[in-house]
Amino acid sequence: MKIPKSFLGYKRENGRVGTRNHVIILPVDDISNACAEAVANNIKGTMALPHSYGRLQFGADLDLHFRTMIGTGKNPNVAAVIVIGIEPKWTKRIVDEIAKTGKPVEGFHIERTGDIGTIMKASKKAQEFAMWASEKQREECPLSDLWISVKCGESDTTSGLAANPTVGNLMDKLEPLGVHLCFGETSELTGAEKVCATRGATPEASKKFMKTWSDYNDFILKEATDDLSDSQPTAGNIAGGLTTIEEKAFGNFQKIGNCKFIDVLEPGEEPTKGKGLYFMDTSSAAAECITLQAAAGFNIHLFPTGQGNIVGNPIEPVVKLTANPLTVKGMGEHIDCDVSKILSREMTMSQAGDELIKSMIRVANGRLTCAEALGHKEFVMTKLYRSA
Amino acid sequence: MATDIIIHDEKDNVGVVVIDKISPKQDCDCWIMENDKTVKIQSVDEIQLGHKIAMVDLNEGDTILKYGHDIGKVVKSIKKGEHVHVHNVKTKKW
Repeated sequence: MKIPKSFLGYKRENGRVGTRNHVIILPVDDISNACAEAVANNIKGTMALPHSYGRLQFGADLDLHFRTMIGTGKNPNVAAVIVIGIEPKWTKRIVDEIAKTGKPVEGFHIERTGDIGTIMKASKKAQEFAMWASEKQREECPLSDLWISVKCGESDTTSGLAANPTVGNLMDKLEPLGVHLCFGETSELTGAEKVCATRGATPEASKKFMKTWSDYNDFILKEATDDLSDSQPTAGNIAGGLTTIEEKAFGNFQKIGNCKFIDVLEPGEEPTKGKGLYFMDTSSAAAECITLQAAAGFNIHLFPTGQGNIVGNPIEPVVKLTANPLTVKGMGEHIDCDVSKILSREMTMSQAGDELIKSMIRVANGRLTCAEALGHKEFVMTKLYRSA
Repeated sequence: MATDIIIHDEKDNVGVVVIDKISPKQDCDCWIMENDKTVKIQSVDEIQLGHKIAMVDLNEGDTILKYGHDIGKVVKSIKKGEHVHVHNVKTKKW
Protein backbone atom coordinates (compact mmCIF):
# COMPACT_ATOMS: atom_id res chain seq x y z
CA MET A 1 0.00 0.00 0.00
CA LYS A 2 1.16 3.51 -0.76
CA ILE A 3 1.08 5.36 2.56
CA PRO A 4 -0.80 8.68 2.40
CA LYS A 5 1.56 11.62 2.86
CA SER A 6 -0.90 13.88 4.63
CA PHE A 7 -3.99 14.15 6.80
CA LEU A 8 -6.46 16.89 7.64
CA GLY A 9 -5.68 18.53 10.95
CA TYR A 10 -6.11 21.76 12.90
CA LYS A 11 -3.01 23.95 12.79
CA ARG A 12 -2.30 25.55 16.15
CA GLU A 13 -0.58 28.82 17.02
CA ASN A 14 2.65 27.09 18.12
CA GLY A 15 3.04 24.99 14.96
CA ARG A 16 1.63 21.76 16.38
CA VAL A 17 -1.36 20.11 14.70
CA GLY A 18 -4.51 18.73 16.32
CA THR A 19 -6.68 15.84 15.17
CA ARG A 20 -9.51 17.30 17.27
CA ASN A 21 -10.75 20.79 18.09
CA HIS A 22 -11.88 20.63 21.70
CA VAL A 23 -12.66 23.56 24.00
CA ILE A 24 -12.04 22.18 27.47
CA ILE A 25 -13.04 23.30 30.95
CA LEU A 26 -10.19 22.14 33.15
CA PRO A 27 -10.67 21.97 36.93
CA VAL A 28 -7.42 22.48 38.85
CA ASP A 29 -8.69 20.36 41.74
CA ASP A 30 -11.43 17.96 42.79
CA ILE A 31 -13.61 20.58 44.46
CA SER A 32 -13.76 22.65 41.26
CA ASN A 33 -15.30 19.80 39.26
CA ALA A 34 -18.88 20.91 39.93
CA CYS A 35 -18.19 24.40 38.63
CA ALA A 36 -16.36 23.10 35.54
CA GLU A 37 -19.16 20.68 34.75
CA ALA A 38 -21.77 23.42 35.14
CA VAL A 39 -19.92 25.61 32.63
CA ALA A 40 -19.64 22.73 30.14
CA ASN A 41 -23.34 22.09 30.62
CA ASN A 42 -24.17 25.73 29.90
CA ILE A 43 -22.04 26.12 26.80
CA LYS A 44 -22.43 23.65 23.94
CA GLY A 45 -19.24 22.61 22.22
CA THR A 46 -17.22 22.58 25.43
CA MET A 47 -16.18 19.64 27.58
CA ALA A 48 -15.31 19.47 31.29
CA LEU A 49 -12.49 17.19 32.43
CA PRO A 50 -13.36 16.30 36.04
CA HIS A 51 -10.81 14.34 38.10
CA SER A 52 -10.13 13.39 41.69
CA TYR A 53 -7.04 15.28 42.83
CA GLY A 54 -5.22 18.59 43.10
CA ARG A 55 -5.34 19.41 46.81
CA LEU A 56 -2.44 19.25 49.27
CA GLN A 57 -0.18 17.34 46.90
CA PHE A 58 3.53 18.05 47.22
CA GLY A 59 6.95 17.31 45.75
CA ALA A 60 7.19 15.08 42.68
CA ASP A 61 3.50 14.20 42.99
CA LEU A 62 2.49 17.87 42.77
CA ASP A 63 4.91 18.40 39.87
CA LEU A 64 3.23 15.54 38.03
CA HIS A 65 -0.21 17.01 38.75
CA PHE A 66 0.81 20.34 37.21
CA ARG A 67 2.56 18.62 34.30
CA THR A 68 -0.61 16.67 33.53
CA MET A 69 -2.92 19.69 33.83
CA ILE A 70 -0.67 21.98 31.80
CA GLY A 71 0.13 19.32 29.19
CA THR A 72 -3.54 18.53 28.72
CA GLY A 73 -4.27 22.20 28.07
CA LYS A 74 -1.29 22.49 25.70
CA ASN A 75 -2.24 19.41 23.65
CA PRO A 76 -2.90 20.46 20.04
CA ASN A 77 -6.22 18.59 20.06
CA VAL A 78 -7.39 21.39 22.36
CA ALA A 79 -8.31 24.70 20.70
CA ALA A 80 -8.94 26.75 23.84
CA VAL A 81 -9.03 26.26 27.60
CA ILE A 82 -10.96 27.54 30.60
CA VAL A 83 -9.14 26.74 33.87
CA ILE A 84 -11.13 26.76 37.10
CA GLY A 85 -9.54 26.26 40.53
CA ILE A 86 -10.43 27.03 44.10
CA GLU A 87 -7.40 29.30 44.63
CA PRO A 88 -5.90 31.95 42.32
CA LYS A 89 -2.21 30.95 42.55
CA TRP A 90 -2.29 27.39 41.23
CA THR A 91 -4.96 28.38 38.69
CA LYS A 92 -2.71 31.14 37.34
CA ARG A 93 0.31 28.85 37.20
CA ILE A 94 -1.56 26.49 34.86
CA VAL A 95 -3.04 29.32 32.76
CA ASP A 96 0.37 30.98 32.30
CA GLU A 97 1.99 27.77 31.04
CA ILE A 98 -0.84 26.91 28.62
CA ALA A 99 -0.77 30.51 27.34
CA LYS A 100 2.79 29.96 26.07
CA THR A 101 1.32 27.91 23.21
CA GLY A 102 -0.49 31.03 22.03
CA LYS A 103 -3.94 29.42 22.29
CA PRO A 104 -6.82 31.21 24.05
CA VAL A 105 -6.84 30.36 27.76
CA GLU A 106 -8.44 32.04 30.76
CA GLY A 107 -8.48 31.15 34.45
CA PHE A 108 -11.14 31.61 37.14
CA HIS A 109 -10.92 30.95 40.87
CA ILE A 110 -13.85 30.23 43.09
CA GLU A 111 -12.73 31.69 46.42
CA ARG A 112 -14.49 34.98 47.28
CA THR A 113 -16.87 34.51 44.30
CA GLY A 114 -18.52 31.15 44.90
CA ASP A 115 -19.65 28.60 42.35
CA ILE A 116 -22.53 30.59 40.87
CA GLY A 117 -20.59 33.78 40.21
CA THR A 118 -17.68 31.78 38.82
CA ILE A 119 -19.96 29.73 36.58
CA MET A 120 -21.44 32.92 35.17
CA LYS A 121 -18.07 34.56 34.43
CA ALA A 122 -16.46 31.37 33.11
CA SER A 123 -19.51 30.55 30.96
CA LYS A 124 -19.32 33.90 29.19
CA LYS A 125 -15.69 33.29 28.31
CA ALA A 126 -16.37 29.66 27.39
CA GLN A 127 -19.09 30.76 24.95
CA GLU A 128 -16.65 33.16 23.31
CA PHE A 129 -14.01 30.39 23.01
CA ALA A 130 -16.47 27.78 21.70
CA MET A 131 -17.80 30.08 18.99
CA TRP A 132 -14.26 31.11 18.02
CA ALA A 133 -13.08 27.50 17.84
CA SER A 134 -16.10 26.47 15.77
CA GLU A 135 -14.75 28.48 12.84
CA LYS A 136 -11.42 26.62 12.76
CA GLN A 137 -11.03 24.53 9.61
CA ARG A 138 -9.05 21.37 8.99
CA GLU A 139 -6.08 21.84 6.65
CA GLU A 140 -3.80 19.41 4.86
CA CYS A 141 -0.83 18.60 7.10
CA PRO A 142 2.11 16.21 6.63
CA LEU A 143 1.82 12.84 8.32
CA SER A 144 4.83 13.81 10.45
CA ASP A 145 2.47 16.07 12.43
CA LEU A 146 0.97 12.92 13.94
CA TRP A 147 2.24 12.13 17.42
CA ILE A 148 1.13 8.54 17.95
CA SER A 149 0.98 6.94 21.38
CA VAL A 150 0.27 3.25 21.99
CA LYS A 151 -0.88 1.14 24.90
CA CYS A 152 -2.50 -2.31 24.99
CA GLY A 153 -5.18 -3.53 27.39
CA GLU A 154 -7.18 -6.60 28.42
CA SER A 155 -4.51 -8.42 26.49
CA ASP A 156 -4.60 -12.09 25.69
CA THR A 157 -2.41 -14.29 23.54
CA THR A 158 -4.03 -12.91 20.37
CA SER A 159 -2.59 -9.50 21.35
CA GLY A 160 0.97 -10.79 21.26
CA LEU A 161 0.31 -12.93 18.18
CA ALA A 162 -1.38 -10.36 16.02
CA ALA A 163 -2.84 -7.06 17.34
CA ASN A 164 0.37 -5.81 18.97
CA PRO A 165 2.61 -6.81 16.04
CA THR A 166 0.13 -4.95 13.79
CA VAL A 167 0.93 -1.80 15.76
CA GLY A 168 4.62 -2.72 15.43
CA ASN A 169 4.19 -3.01 11.68
CA LEU A 170 2.60 0.46 11.59
CA MET A 171 5.50 1.86 13.62
CA ASP A 172 8.05 0.30 11.27
CA LYS A 173 6.27 1.89 8.29
CA LEU A 174 5.62 5.34 9.79
CA GLU A 175 8.79 5.94 11.80
CA PRO A 176 10.80 6.78 8.63
CA LEU A 177 8.17 9.40 7.75
CA GLY A 178 9.09 11.47 10.81
CA VAL A 179 6.22 10.84 13.20
CA HIS A 180 6.61 10.95 16.99
CA LEU A 181 5.84 7.61 18.70
CA CYS A 182 5.43 6.69 22.36
CA PHE A 183 5.02 3.47 24.32
CA GLY A 184 4.89 3.07 28.10
CA GLU A 185 3.65 0.53 30.65
CA THR A 186 6.79 0.17 32.75
CA SER A 187 5.42 -2.61 34.96
CA GLU A 188 4.11 -4.63 32.03
CA LEU A 189 7.56 -4.90 30.51
CA THR A 190 8.60 -7.00 33.50
CA GLY A 191 10.18 -10.16 32.17
CA ALA A 192 11.11 -8.51 28.88
CA GLU A 193 12.99 -5.61 30.46
CA LYS A 194 16.46 -6.74 29.44
CA VAL A 195 15.39 -7.31 25.85
CA CYS A 196 13.60 -3.95 25.86
CA ALA A 197 16.74 -2.23 27.16
CA THR A 198 18.67 -3.45 24.10
CA ARG A 199 16.25 -1.41 21.97
CA GLY A 200 17.58 1.91 23.25
CA ALA A 201 18.97 3.93 20.33
CA THR A 202 21.90 5.02 22.51
CA PRO A 203 23.61 3.51 25.58
CA GLU A 204 22.20 6.44 27.59
CA ALA A 205 18.63 5.62 26.53
CA SER A 206 19.12 1.94 27.43
CA LYS A 207 20.61 2.83 30.81
CA LYS A 208 17.84 5.31 31.57
CA PHE A 209 15.25 2.65 30.70
CA MET A 210 16.81 0.05 33.02
CA LYS A 211 16.94 2.55 35.89
CA THR A 212 13.30 3.52 35.32
CA TRP A 213 12.20 -0.11 35.20
CA SER A 214 14.25 -1.06 38.30
CA ASP A 215 12.85 1.84 40.33
CA TYR A 216 9.29 0.84 39.43
CA ASN A 217 9.95 -2.83 40.12
CA ASP A 218 11.51 -2.01 43.51
CA PHE A 219 8.40 0.03 44.35
CA ILE A 220 6.08 -2.83 43.34
CA LEU A 221 8.03 -5.39 45.36
CA LYS A 222 8.06 -3.06 48.39
CA GLU A 223 4.29 -2.51 48.32
CA ALA A 224 3.24 -6.00 47.26
CA THR A 225 1.42 -8.09 49.85
CA ASP A 226 1.34 -11.22 47.69
CA ASP A 227 3.14 -12.44 44.59
CA LEU A 228 1.03 -10.10 42.41
CA SER A 229 -0.26 -13.01 40.35
CA ASP A 230 -3.78 -11.81 41.18
CA SER A 231 -3.25 -8.50 39.40
CA GLN A 232 -0.54 -9.24 36.86
CA PRO A 233 -1.64 -10.93 34.69
CA THR A 234 -5.23 -9.83 35.34
CA ALA A 235 -8.13 -12.27 35.52
CA GLY A 236 -9.08 -11.14 31.99
CA ASN A 237 -5.56 -11.84 30.73
CA ILE A 238 -5.64 -15.33 32.28
CA ALA A 239 -9.06 -16.09 30.81
CA GLY A 240 -7.56 -15.16 27.45
CA GLY A 241 -4.71 -17.63 27.90
CA LEU A 242 -1.89 -15.44 29.24
CA THR A 243 -0.10 -17.30 32.02
CA THR A 244 2.70 -15.10 33.37
CA ILE A 245 3.82 -11.47 33.46
CA GLU A 246 6.78 -12.44 31.26
CA GLU A 247 4.46 -13.77 28.55
CA LYS A 248 2.37 -10.61 28.79
CA ALA A 249 5.51 -8.46 28.60
CA PHE A 250 6.87 -10.08 25.45
CA GLY A 251 3.44 -9.69 23.87
CA ASN A 252 3.30 -6.05 24.93
CA PHE A 253 6.75 -5.43 23.50
CA GLN A 254 5.63 -6.46 19.99
CA LYS A 255 3.99 -3.03 19.70
CA ILE A 256 7.24 -1.24 18.90
CA GLY A 257 8.11 -3.41 15.91
CA ASN A 258 11.79 -3.04 15.09
CA CYS A 259 12.00 0.58 16.25
CA LYS A 260 14.52 1.82 18.78
CA PHE A 261 13.62 4.35 21.45
CA ILE A 262 15.61 7.56 21.49
CA ASP A 263 14.76 8.73 25.01
CA VAL A 264 12.95 7.84 28.23
CA LEU A 265 10.31 10.32 29.38
CA GLU A 266 9.00 11.06 32.85
CA PRO A 267 5.23 10.51 33.21
CA GLY A 268 3.49 13.21 31.13
CA GLU A 269 6.79 14.75 29.95
CA GLU A 270 6.79 16.31 26.48
CA PRO A 271 9.42 14.80 24.16
CA THR A 272 12.08 17.26 23.05
CA LYS A 273 14.51 15.21 20.97
CA GLY A 274 12.49 15.36 17.76
CA LYS A 275 10.86 12.64 15.70
CA GLY A 276 11.12 8.97 16.63
CA LEU A 277 10.09 6.55 19.33
CA TYR A 278 10.04 7.42 23.03
CA PHE A 279 9.47 5.26 26.09
CA MET A 280 7.42 6.90 28.85
CA ASP A 281 7.45 5.73 32.46
CA THR A 282 3.75 5.04 33.07
CA SER A 283 1.43 2.80 34.99
CA SER A 284 -0.03 -0.03 32.94
CA ALA A 285 -3.59 0.98 33.84
CA ALA A 286 -5.07 2.10 30.52
CA ALA A 287 -6.72 5.39 31.43
CA GLU A 288 -3.76 6.58 33.51
CA CYS A 289 -1.30 5.74 30.76
CA ILE A 290 -3.25 7.44 27.95
CA THR A 291 -3.93 10.53 30.12
CA LEU A 292 -0.15 10.88 30.60
CA GLN A 293 0.60 10.36 26.91
CA ALA A 294 -2.02 12.97 25.96
CA ALA A 295 -0.46 15.36 28.49
CA ALA A 296 2.88 14.88 26.73
CA GLY A 297 1.31 16.17 23.52
CA PHE A 298 0.41 12.98 21.64
CA ASN A 299 -2.54 13.60 19.33
CA ILE A 300 -3.71 10.11 18.32
CA HIS A 301 -3.66 6.81 20.18
CA LEU A 302 -3.56 3.17 19.04
CA PHE A 303 -4.96 0.62 21.47
CA PRO A 304 -4.70 -3.09 20.69
CA THR A 305 -6.89 -5.27 22.88
CA GLY A 306 -7.49 -8.99 23.23
CA GLN A 307 -10.43 -9.60 25.53
CA GLY A 308 -11.83 -6.11 24.91
CA ASN A 309 -10.73 -3.10 26.95
CA ILE A 310 -13.16 -0.24 26.27
CA VAL A 311 -11.10 2.79 27.36
CA GLY A 312 -11.26 6.22 25.75
CA ASN A 313 -9.73 9.62 26.44
CA PRO A 314 -11.44 13.02 26.35
CA ILE A 315 -8.91 14.77 24.12
CA GLU A 316 -6.83 12.09 22.39
CA PRO A 317 -8.86 9.80 20.11
CA VAL A 318 -8.24 6.14 20.93
CA VAL A 319 -8.26 3.82 17.89
CA LYS A 320 -8.92 0.26 19.01
CA LEU A 321 -7.91 -2.90 17.23
CA THR A 322 -8.22 -6.56 18.07
CA ALA A 323 -7.25 -9.89 16.58
CA ASN A 324 -9.59 -11.88 18.78
CA PRO A 325 -12.60 -13.01 16.68
CA LEU A 326 -14.71 -13.53 19.83
CA THR A 327 -14.13 -9.90 20.84
CA VAL A 328 -15.09 -8.69 17.36
CA LYS A 329 -18.23 -10.80 17.54
CA GLY A 330 -19.25 -10.02 21.11
CA MET A 331 -18.33 -6.35 21.43
CA GLY A 332 -17.72 -5.09 17.90
CA GLU A 333 -19.04 -1.63 18.78
CA HIS A 334 -15.71 -1.01 20.56
CA ILE A 335 -13.44 -2.11 17.72
CA ASP A 336 -12.24 0.38 15.09
CA CYS A 337 -9.98 -2.05 13.25
CA ASP A 338 -10.50 -5.82 13.03
CA VAL A 339 -7.30 -7.77 12.35
CA SER A 340 -8.63 -11.18 13.44
CA LYS A 341 -8.01 -12.59 9.96
CA ILE A 342 -4.31 -12.75 10.86
CA LEU A 343 -5.10 -15.77 13.04
CA SER A 344 -6.82 -17.63 10.22
CA ARG A 345 -3.93 -16.63 7.95
CA GLU A 346 -6.26 -14.77 5.61
CA MET A 347 -4.40 -11.53 6.34
CA THR A 348 -0.66 -10.92 6.57
CA MET A 349 0.89 -8.72 9.23
CA SER A 350 1.76 -6.16 6.59
CA GLN A 351 -1.84 -6.05 5.33
CA ALA A 352 -3.00 -5.62 8.93
CA GLY A 353 -0.52 -2.77 9.42
CA ASP A 354 -1.90 -1.10 6.28
CA GLU A 355 -5.48 -1.49 7.54
CA LEU A 356 -4.49 0.12 10.82
CA ILE A 357 -2.76 3.01 9.03
CA LYS A 358 -5.97 3.59 7.04
CA SER A 359 -8.17 3.44 10.18
CA MET A 360 -5.85 5.79 12.03
CA ILE A 361 -5.75 8.38 9.24
CA ARG A 362 -9.55 8.35 8.92
CA VAL A 363 -9.74 9.09 12.64
CA ALA A 364 -7.03 11.74 12.37
CA ASN A 365 -9.14 13.34 9.61
CA GLY A 366 -12.13 13.51 11.96
CA ARG A 367 -13.96 10.20 11.90
CA LEU A 368 -15.23 9.46 15.42
CA THR A 369 -13.60 6.50 17.16
CA CYS A 370 -15.83 3.85 18.71
CA ALA A 371 -14.80 5.14 22.14
CA GLU A 372 -15.75 8.71 21.21
CA ALA A 373 -19.12 7.62 19.80
CA LEU A 374 -19.79 5.64 22.97
CA GLY A 375 -18.83 8.57 25.20
CA HIS A 376 -15.65 7.21 26.76
CA LYS A 377 -13.76 10.14 28.28
CA GLU A 378 -11.58 8.54 30.96
CA PHE A 379 -9.35 11.31 32.30
CA VAL A 380 -7.35 9.78 35.14
CA MET A 381 -4.50 11.47 36.93
CA THR A 382 -1.55 9.39 38.07
CA LYS A 383 -0.88 9.95 41.76
CA LEU A 384 2.53 9.01 43.09
CA TYR A 385 1.79 9.00 46.85
CA ARG A 386 -0.54 10.27 49.61
CA SER A 387 -1.25 13.98 49.92
CA ALA A 388 0.04 15.99 52.86
CA MET B 1 -3.31 -22.01 4.63
CA ALA B 2 -5.56 -21.98 7.70
CA THR B 3 -3.99 -23.20 10.91
CA ASP B 4 -5.15 -24.48 14.30
CA ILE B 5 -2.12 -23.38 16.28
CA ILE B 6 0.43 -20.58 15.85
CA ILE B 7 3.96 -20.77 17.24
CA HIS B 8 5.91 -17.50 17.42
CA ASP B 9 9.48 -18.76 17.21
CA GLU B 10 11.18 -21.98 16.19
CA LYS B 11 12.72 -22.28 19.67
CA ASP B 12 9.31 -22.15 21.41
CA ASN B 13 8.07 -25.22 23.31
CA VAL B 14 4.45 -23.99 23.35
CA GLY B 15 1.97 -22.96 20.67
CA VAL B 16 -1.24 -20.91 20.82
CA VAL B 17 -4.64 -22.26 19.74
CA VAL B 18 -6.16 -19.86 17.18
CA ILE B 19 -9.45 -21.62 16.41
CA ASP B 20 -12.49 -21.66 18.76
CA LYS B 21 -11.15 -24.75 20.50
CA ILE B 22 -9.29 -27.97 19.83
CA SER B 23 -10.64 -31.29 21.11
CA PRO B 24 -8.75 -34.19 22.73
CA LYS B 25 -6.87 -36.37 20.22
CA GLN B 26 -7.33 -33.79 17.46
CA ASP B 27 -4.60 -33.73 14.80
CA CYS B 28 -3.67 -30.07 14.61
CA ASP B 29 -1.75 -28.00 12.07
CA CYS B 30 0.76 -25.61 13.60
CA TRP B 31 2.30 -22.65 11.79
CA ILE B 32 5.64 -21.26 12.96
CA MET B 33 5.53 -17.53 12.24
CA GLU B 34 9.27 -16.92 12.43
CA ASN B 35 10.28 -19.25 9.60
CA ASP B 36 6.89 -19.92 7.95
CA LYS B 37 7.21 -23.69 8.53
CA THR B 38 4.33 -25.95 9.49
CA VAL B 39 4.35 -28.88 11.92
CA LYS B 40 1.68 -31.25 13.27
CA ILE B 41 0.70 -32.16 16.81
CA GLN B 42 -1.99 -34.33 18.37
CA SER B 43 -3.75 -32.71 21.32
CA VAL B 44 -4.39 -34.43 24.65
CA ASP B 45 -6.72 -31.87 26.26
CA GLU B 46 -9.53 -29.69 25.01
CA ILE B 47 -7.92 -26.25 24.64
CA GLN B 48 -9.73 -22.95 24.01
CA LEU B 49 -8.82 -20.12 21.64
CA GLY B 50 -5.81 -18.18 22.91
CA HIS B 51 -4.64 -20.90 25.27
CA LYS B 52 -1.35 -22.73 24.96
CA ILE B 53 -0.46 -26.30 24.06
CA ALA B 54 2.81 -28.07 24.97
CA MET B 55 4.78 -28.94 21.84
CA VAL B 56 7.09 -31.31 23.80
CA ASP B 57 7.08 -33.16 27.14
CA LEU B 58 8.05 -30.74 29.91
CA ASN B 59 9.34 -31.54 33.39
CA GLU B 60 9.02 -29.61 36.63
CA GLY B 61 11.63 -26.83 36.63
CA ASP B 62 11.83 -26.58 32.83
CA THR B 63 11.60 -23.15 31.21
CA ILE B 64 8.71 -22.27 28.93
CA LEU B 65 9.90 -20.56 25.76
CA LYS B 66 7.57 -18.29 23.75
CA TYR B 67 8.66 -15.53 21.37
CA GLY B 68 11.98 -17.40 21.71
CA HIS B 69 12.18 -16.09 25.28
CA ASP B 70 11.77 -17.34 28.85
CA ILE B 71 8.19 -16.71 30.00
CA GLY B 72 8.16 -18.81 33.19
CA LYS B 73 8.84 -22.18 34.81
CA VAL B 74 7.01 -25.50 34.80
CA VAL B 75 5.67 -26.32 38.30
CA LYS B 76 3.88 -29.57 37.37
CA SER B 77 5.08 -31.86 34.61
CA ILE B 78 3.31 -31.45 31.28
CA LYS B 79 2.93 -33.98 28.46
CA LYS B 80 3.18 -33.05 24.80
CA GLY B 81 -0.29 -31.97 23.63
CA GLU B 82 -1.53 -30.92 27.08
CA HIS B 83 -2.90 -27.51 28.08
CA VAL B 84 -0.21 -25.15 29.44
CA HIS B 85 -1.49 -22.45 31.81
CA VAL B 86 -1.51 -21.18 35.40
CA HIS B 87 -2.13 -24.71 36.78
CA ASN B 88 1.27 -25.96 35.59
CA VAL B 89 3.38 -22.84 34.87
CA LYS B 90 4.45 -19.97 37.15
CA THR B 91 6.28 -16.69 36.68
CA LYS B 92 9.94 -16.44 37.68
CA LYS B 93 9.42 -12.77 38.56
CA TRP B 94 7.14 -12.59 41.61
